[in-house]
Amino acid sequence: MNKEKSLGTVETHYFTFAEPPHELILQSGQKIGPVTLAYEAYGALNKEKSNAILVLHALSGDAHAAGRHQQTGDLGWWDSMIGPGKALDTQKYFILCSNVLGGCKGSTGPAAINPKTAKPYALSFPIISIADMVKAQKALIDHLGIKKLLCVIGGSMGGMEVLQWVASYPKSIQSAIPIATCLKHSPQQIAFSEVGRQAVMADPAWDEGNYYGKAKPEKGLAVARMIGHITYMSDKSMEEKFSRKLKTKDHRFKFTADFEVEGYLHYRGDNFVKRFDANSYLYITKAMDYFDLSGGKFLHKGENESLRFLVIAFKSDWLYPLYQSQEIVRQLKLSGLDATYCEINSSYGHDAFLLEIEEQTRLVKHFLNKSFYGYDVVRGYEI
Amino acid sequence: MKFDEINLDYRIILGIIEPGAKVLDLGCGNGELLFLLAREKNAKVQGIELDEAAIYKCVEKGLSVFHSDIDSGLTEYPDKSFDYVILNQTLQQVKKIDFVLQEALRVGEKVVVGFPNFAFFKARCQLFFKGKSPLTPSLPFRWYDSPNVRFLSISDFKSYCSTRGLRILRAYYLGKKKRVNFWPNLFALNAIFVLSQ
Repeated sequence: MNKEKSLGTVETHYFTFAEPPHELILQSGQKIGPVTLAYEAYGALNKEKSNAILVLHALSGDAHAAGRHQQTGDLGWWDSMIGPGKALDTQKYFILCSNVLGGCKGSTGPAAINPKTAKPYALSFPIISIADMVKAQKALIDHLGIKKLLCVIGGSMGGMEVLQWVASYPKSIQSAIPIATCLKHSPQQIAFSEVGRQAVMADPAWDEGNYYGKAKPEKGLAVARMIGHITYMSDKSMEEKFSRKLKTKDHRFKFTADFEVEGYLHYRGDNFVKRFDANSYLYITKAMDYFDLSGGKFLHKGENESLRFLVIAFKSDWLYPLYQSQEIVRQLKLSGLDATYCEINSSYGHDAFLLEIEEQTRLVKHFLNKSFYGYDVVRGYEI
Repeated sequence: MKFDEINLDYRIILGIIEPGAKVLDLGCGNGELLFLLAREKNAKVQGIELDEAAIYKCVEKGLSVFHSDIDSGLTEYPDKSFDYVILNQTLQQVKKIDFVLQEALRVGEKVVVGFPNFAFFKARCQLFFKGKSPLTPSLPFRWYDSPNVRFLSISDFKSYCSTRGLRILRAYYLGKKKRVNFWPNLFALNAIFVLSQ
């Protein structure tokens, strides 16, 4: 594996569809259109269009999954996993990643201009679901002429989208890799989402969502992000990263950020508000809370027999605990589907899906190899 | 790897499993046996393994494996979802023997059980003459580093099957390189049983 190799410069593409009167019909029954999806593509689509992999981002992610962005110069959020020779090998596969519907990084969301009013949608943006996000992704895949994706892969909310792809379009995918995710949010997860939303809405600058062109609810969104970051780490990873280390020599006996952990959370919060829209945060976290594929809504008999699964969870992830991944696996076993499940022994907590690259690479690379080349892989192997 | 270089227990199990069978291996380790069954017998294979490092080895071989403890059961699997459930060199490490065997017999039409024979004559000699815990090719661990929690002989297992009403369809007794037919409880290092309900 050559980790130094990178994709080089990448650019964002845009796909607009659902022009009125053919709007996208949402799970709530409401309609929206036109819809734009920002997406990036790496590698080359083969002649048979059989090597396409859709990467699905988490709550705060975007379409920029790998390489260096042409405009910003930033590296993608999963650059260590995507590129030549990496887990998602761009020399073999055609990798796609799009910003979700409701997002704020180029796709249509509450910050976008409503063509009917020529103003930002703000709270007039309809409530969207994970299924709606996936429906929009399907439109993009259709537009690119891809009949069947080799794989859908993602962690956290991206994992929910993976599961939704299985539920909504089982015949359009060959394999699925849900990572650190669940079939439904637990009350604890909904509770954390709600505290984040309340922090945004308690900021006077939020102004019922009508802050566009004015001061943004930065304080509220930063607090929401700080809470989020605590839930993404583990007790152990926080101890290892910060312990009780101080930013200054002594306690200052003031309500300033004395401890390194405080400084880190402030930094994370402040950084986030520069790149994320507060209303998008509300809409997307709500979509995650509404998501529920339990009770027979996940797998449909007779539609996914040939589908292969790789389910990955992390032992120290207390936000999406092991039992939630085990429940996914339980459903797969009940349906007799071809599946692999691995609990990676990581101390990073929920963030591990962005950090435990070596272990995930070992699993994903070989799993994809088998999905792409089939039994030939087994025949060629020597023990 | 040539066929006669493959471990004797694997060769015997390869002979037991019919082509195209659905197989579940409990405690599949690095997946060598499942790999051979997939390659040689075109079997539809699935493993369950507790060790994380072994999971990676299985996935490298293109195998499907669940990271789980077999003592916690196979409750998710419908009855008779496999033609064979294999417990090869696993039984001696299982805590809930009754439960695991019952579950294996529920989800599998047949169960293949392979285990080291504690009553092998060299083991008996070490105990009797040296007064020490035995070390044999099939029981290579010292008392303080052994993963084994069960110490059973071929006779023990046969009487267990008869008290539990388990049908022994076939039995194979293994020496170091070939099968043993004479006084297996004394001369066999390992045994492989094929069971059904």
